[in-house]
Amino acid sequence: MYALDDVDLEVFSGEFLTLLGPSGSGKTTLLMAIAGFNRPDSGSIRFGDTEMILTPPHKRDVGMVFQSYALFPHMTVAENIGFPLKLRKVNSAETAERVTEALATVQLTGLGDRKIDQLSGGQRQRVALARAFVFRPRILLMDEPLSALDKKLREQMQIELKQLHRQLGVTTVYVTHDQREALTMSDRIAIINHGKLAQVDTPQAIYNRPSNSFVADFIGESTILPLTLDTQERLLFEEQLVLDHLPEAFSKDNSRDWSLVVRPERISLNADSQRSENDCLVFRGEVKEFVYQGETALALVKVGKDYDISVRLGTNAASSQTMMKPGDEVNLSLSRDDVIVIPQEKTP
Amino acid sequence: MHQEPRDNQLNVEPLRAQEVREQWKLLSLASPALLVIVAIILIPVTWLFYLSFVGGDGQFSLEHYRKMIEYKSYSRTFITTFKVSILTTLICILIGYPLAYFLALLPQRLAGLFMLAVLLPFWTSLLVRTYAWLVLLQRKGILNDFAMQIGLWDSPVKLVHNMTGTLIGMAHIMLPFLVLPLYSAMKKIERDMMHAASNLGASPTYAFWKVYFPLSLSGLVAGSLIVFVLCLGFYVTPAVLGGGRVVMVSTQITAILENQFNWGAASALGVVLLLATLLILYLASRLFKLDAVLFGKD
Repeated sequence: MYALDDVDLEVFSGEFLTLLGPSGSGKTTLLMAIAGFNRPDSGSIRFGDTEMILTPPHKRDVGMVFQSYALFPHMTVAENIGFPLKLRKVNSAETAERVTEALATVQLTGLGDRKIDQLSGGQRQRVALARAFVFRPRILLMDEPLSALDKKLREQMQIELKQLHRQLGVTTVYVTHDQREALTMSDRIAIINHGKLAQVDTPQAIYNRPSNSFVADFIGESTILPLTLDTQERLLFEEQLVLDHLPEAFSKDNSRDWSLVVRPERISLNADSQRSENDCLVFRGEVKEFVYQGETALALVKVGKDYDISVRLGTNAASSQTMMKPGDEVNLSLSRDDVIVIPQEKTP
Repeated sequence: MHQEPRDNQLNVEPLRAQEVREQWKLLSLASPALLVIVAIILIPVTWLFYLSFVGGDGQFSLEHYRKMIEYKSYSRTFITTFKVSILTTLICILIGYPLAYFLALLPQRLAGLFMLAVLLPFWTSLLVRTYAWLVLLQRKGILNDFAMQIGLWDSPVKLVHNMTGTLIGMAHIMLPFLVLPLYSAMKKIERDMMHAASNLGASPTYAFWKVYFPLSLSGLVAGSLIVFVLCLGFYVTPAVLGGGRVVMVSTQITAILENQFNWGAASALGVVLLLATLLILYLASRLFKLDAVLFGKD
């Protein structure tokens, strides 16, 4: 059992790649390996064409924002940010200039003389960021940098980090366990589970075309329903709904079992009958629970023998007419374009 | 909703009375300790202070202090005391810093085991440890025998009843006082600090001196001060291992009392030692912000 096993990942120059996974999945281990803080048993880490696996961390030229920020408490803000420049023998005039510039970039102009303990959590975060990019590293690593901030500030910083990345153009590897954060910020997301890559793709692709049940379940909400194969090799749900738009993998390997992934917000309830059944899959169901949650309402609908499907509904004035109560009979329709079919997890 | 008229005086009296009662309770809890301090420290020290100004004829006089300046033996004693204290502190730093660093890097369980090895002698009697060193270091002791057997030196080397023996014994006894505060300061340094330093381009040596050492300095200063101040007044070990050749202030006070029964002279020595110690603590506090060191303020 390895912390990381068979991970083959290429980060493109200038891209924002997020390592996303539950805690203990190995995402931080991978980041630490890139920075050089742990020694893999075997493998290769290349920057461009240069093998880095034996290079000690202080010669890797990698910028890192730590979860704990790891700012030096015995130095001022400016000394912290100037630290990597001093080590690179940048003269003091240019150091001062670049520190001021970095402070301006993270919107902390004028705070250079502060001690670290005089800063708020959000400000420390920005100093840690400035210190990590001020020496123009080849790659910028961030280990859950926003996890210590409160929700509002975190969401604001997500946007700011994305803007900053666009501005600096530095190749960035970002670690988080927060799927929303990953979807918000990334060019591509690498999902890691049990030390292996589960899927690497753009946020849209990961959300709309998860390639396995772990990804489908981990990203966004979903209901996963088992499918059966009939004699004509068609996939059926509850022996009545025929699914097409099947994934490429299906034709290759139809000996496996398959599942249907339903995103709660992609289902409409009691949709107009004008939409033909050719475009939509339509199920009959019975409302078990209906919860109002502010921006959306959540309905738990019992379908078929005993499957519960979550459905998210808008709560604007028009749709609030569709308020329902347990026991109501409803039609669920799912556009065929939104059908997601994934191989079923083999139960060991 | 029913609107109560706002009343700034609501329950002011009982709340105030409650606060006062609680403060008195706190004071009464602390009072036994305060009484002990007054009885066994403040009163005797004041008494010593008074005695040091009483001459042989029972009148107020400065003769004890004058003698301290006039006689060479006194200044020699003070020089020896400070020399032994400074050297012991330096030896403790040289041995203790790497030891504490090593302990701080170990996983918790192993660190506990090693710490036990440091502390075990700490819990045995001072006298036992001092005489144990006497046995180890004497002319025909284990250390000399061993060194001659492996050919380190040919004839027995004088390791005890001199400065060497005193310093070996003192350093051993004082080591835990340095290691404990230093270890706890080092434990508070996040692992990420050193990662961050090397990530930013610092070699291990540079990272140590620019980041780790400054952050451990508070613990080092606290430990060194404790060791130094304890050394200043130390009696048993220099008396036994010094064999009369290492005369510290404490040794001289005993001698004066045993030989001359001169309370005044002995008190004056004690007062000067106390003042010197206070002066050093004051200077150190100006230099290192001792509040932060001793009371853990950040």
